[in-house]
Amino acid sequence: MKRYDSIIIGAGHNGLVCAAYLARSGQRLVVLEASETAGGLGASREFHPGFHVSVAHTINHFSRKIASDLKLASYGFEASPKLLPTVGLSVDTKHVVLHQDAISGTSARDSESYHDYARLMMRFAGLLRPFWLKTMPRIGNNSLAELMTFAHAGLNLRRLGKNDMREFLRVVSLPARDLMDEYFDSEPLKALLSWDGLVGSKLAPRSPNGAVLTMLYRMSGESKGAHVIPTGGVKSLIESLMTSAATAGAEIRSSAEVDRILIEGGGAGLVARGVRLIDGETIEADRVISAIDPQRTFLDLVGVEVLDIGFTNRIRRLRCDGYVAKLHLALNGLPEFDGLGRPDGRMIIAPDMDAIEYAFDDAKYGECPQNPVMEIVLPSVHDASVAPTGRHVLSAHVMYVPYRMKGGWTNAARDLICERAIDTIARYAPRIREHIEHRELLTPMDLEQIFRVTGGHWHHTEFAMDQLLMMRPTYEAAQYRTPIPGLFLCGAGCHPGGGLMGGAGHNAAVEILR
Amino acid sequence: MNTTDPYAGERLQESPFHPRLQALNIRNAWASWNGYKFAEYYYDAEYEYFCVRNSCGTYDISPMQKYEISGPDAEAMLNRMVTRDVAKIKLNRVAYCVWCTDEGRMIDDGTIFKLSSDKFMLTCGSPCSAWLEKSVFGFDGVKVADVTDNLAALSVQGPTSCAVLKNMGLIGIDAAKRFDIMRFPFHGDTLMVSRTGFTGDLGYELWIRPALALELWDELYAAGADYGIQPYGEVATNMARLEAAFIMPAMEFNEALRTVHFEHDQTPFELNLGWLVDFDKPHFSGRSALLREKKRGSQYALTKLDIEGNKPAEGSYIYKNKRCTRKIGYVTSAMWSPAVKANIALAMIRTEHLQGQLWAEIYYEKELRQYSRVARCTRKEKPFWAPARARVTPPPDY
Repeated sequence: MKRYDSIIIGAGHNGLVCAAYLARSGQRLVVLEASETAGGLGASREFHPGFHVSVAHTINHFSRKIASDLKLASYGFEASPKLLPTVGLSVDTKHVVLHQDAISGTSARDSESYHDYARLMMRFAGLLRPFWLKTMPRIGNNSLAELMTFAHAGLNLRRLGKNDMREFLRVVSLPARDLMDEYFDSEPLKALLSWDGLVGSKLAPRSPNGAVLTMLYRMSGESKGAHVIPTGGVKSLIESLMTSAATAGAEIRSSAEVDRILIEGGGAGLVARGVRLIDGETIEADRVISAIDPQRTFLDLVGVEVLDIGFTNRIRRLRCDGYVAKLHLALNGLPEFDGLGRPDGRMIIAPDMDAIEYAFDDAKYGECPQNPVMEIVLPSVHDASVAPTGRHVLSAHVMYVPYRMKGGWTNAARDLICERAIDTIARYAPRIREHIEHRELLTPMDLEQIFRVTGGHWHHTEFAMDQLLMMRPTYEAAQYRTPIPGLFLCGAGCHPGGGLMGGAGHNAAVEILR
Repeated sequence: MNTTDPYAGERLQESPFHPRLQALNIRNAWASWNGYKFAEYYYDAEYEYFCVRNSCGTYDISPMQKYEISGPDAEAMLNRMVTRDVAKIKLNRVAYCVWCTDEGRMIDDGTIFKLSSDKFMLTCGSPCSAWLEKSVFGFDGVKVADVTDNLAALSVQGPTSCAVLKNMGLIGIDAAKRFDIMRFPFHGDTLMVSRTGFTGDLGYELWIRPALALELWDELYAAGADYGIQPYGEVATNMARLEAAFIMPAMEFNEALRTVHFEHDQTPFELNLGWLVDFDKPHFSGRSALLREKKRGSQYALTKLDIEGNKPAEGSYIYKNKRCTRKIGYVTSAMWSPAVKANIALAMIRTEHLQGQLWAEIYYEKELRQYSRVARCTRKEKPFWAPARARVTPPPDY
């Protein structure tokens, strides 16, 4: 039987990043992917003959360091593509457009405020930057390196100067709404700017904590938070990671679903020694690294009987319910959005912050939003290969759609939210229905089933104050090691979190190679 | 007229034995335990203590928390919760167990009764539902039921206890070894008897459906009339258990889940219960922390002390020197032991100082005036009170 240094469970982008680093260090390793294709939520999927799409439809903070370490550019990943404008759609066609640090479609006062706002947010994003690609210090016994992480952040905080430092401490846990109200008059602008702090989370503008931090996390990349679709699409990132890992010697197996992580007991304690696949095959390794979500890892693959009770309870209580559905439309032509030229931007449908809040209110109580809010891109505008010639793909993140639907998810419930989403789009692109060849709406529960991610949650577990930094996913597993020697985590459920960033995979690899 | 009792939900519950207990509680000395009315003593605590040591006493343990844990995964679930190997408990046997937090701090102690291959009863002093609910998560084939109110329980302790039970007609009870469970037909139902107790002496615990509690009481007291049977309360229990060097919650240990200050709780090793921690069994909660502690050594050790003089060292500090300048521990329980005729105490002492001199600074009161004295302490290895009859089968007859 082959013996590996490491087994990585899950070929999502974090699993692949971790694999590439470990393989480059000389480790003999295998990545086991349950699906037929690698990439997880970034994987490209044919949802209608000839039409391809990935759940993650843009990239906004993939780490430049990782891209350069793993030589992704030489494997087909475009490091600095054109930034997408973000467009706040308006029914009166007075769209707000945010592009390259400039905004249009709002008052002069808002434009001016935006510069102050952007300056401050960039300073704050810079302050947090040292945190993202570092292992979080443990609470309690700190090594010197861990203390330096704190010291570095402390020093950065101090360097902000008194005013900005105080402002940071005030703003970082502010609800998005309060922050926006302080700076801007234009409702569409406020909704647009708060969007990145909310999307993917169980958060709305009035929710305390989290939104600003999420926004700053998403601003950690060189694009300062702006989104991109690289030439070759999101799939080019996944493909380049796969090539990078494979070139370095990593084996990547698809359709290899892990049934159990094998834990060996003994006088000295437990140790992870390999995995058993669904078909019964066992694979042994010195360590097992899980890129899948913490609940699945511990509760399904490890099993509670080898975990302590308090730890199990913390994993069980992780908040993992997703609130974003994914709408995919196969279109027979390029849809026209009123008052907009070529729809090559990232379009936000959220007329004001109240609209976001009301949509959230419905979902909080397990209902479909009456008026969903969403983010739309047309990937086929940037990468013609994802649709047959002359045809297009519309991809939308629809919020807020509850994982736990009152009465359970039925086809009728799915159709209802799908219809509401299309109706909503039709307010801005009235002829959209004429173009629809095929439509697909994936609820968080569908995402859970298709992508094997608990709750269908983008980040594997909620990106919120109590589940961040040295608390992510929970203490005793927040430094990529787990209570079981030989078992590591490297997925979005670890610091710094999800989104196509790669931090968790990178940090885990650093920790493993330490 | 409105006769609704506005405090109905707050009044203490009465044990199934209450009508008899009330009649015998001459002093009306009631306390509470887990929401039940519960006797501190009935007539005179010392007298009750002497009955336990010289004839026999009964102690109402109905308020003790009792949980029935059943199903195909019951053993695995319990085994992951407690530090002892549950797989080694034989059918119809009882095992004393402790369970810990992930950090290896003791949550509580109790006993596990193996009633059948997939049915256990867990008893403990404090409610444990919340921890059980956490412990059972992930084990699909387990059912946990709180049976506290469905089971009356009476402890019968003392040298004549076996004789009383025999006299009551429990034929064969003298064959029960320590920690054995036996069952006897009783008024169309079953009386479960375990040879267990909290006095360090010969004794049994009787388990019966609440509806039959009074019949059991009456037959027991009729059978025990010539054997000096007498109810005893919390005070006498505490005296007896201290002589046996058994630990008491809120005295020797603070339940970890109710401890606020860092490490103001204890570990099994600190409490001399290392023998209950089995590192060869499958994984259990707190194992890694306990293994670390075992390798590194414990901070404190619960120590049995024989103290010179006759002033109980209640609440005393233990010092390394007679001048009382180097504090190394504290007394958890202390008393003048009538049975042993010694001034005894249990104390938590820092392990690195165990081998040296031990001095207790004892404060005592004489007619409202405070006095203090410093007394030399001698460490004892064995329990202060451990008569052979507690372990012999069959026990000596009376």
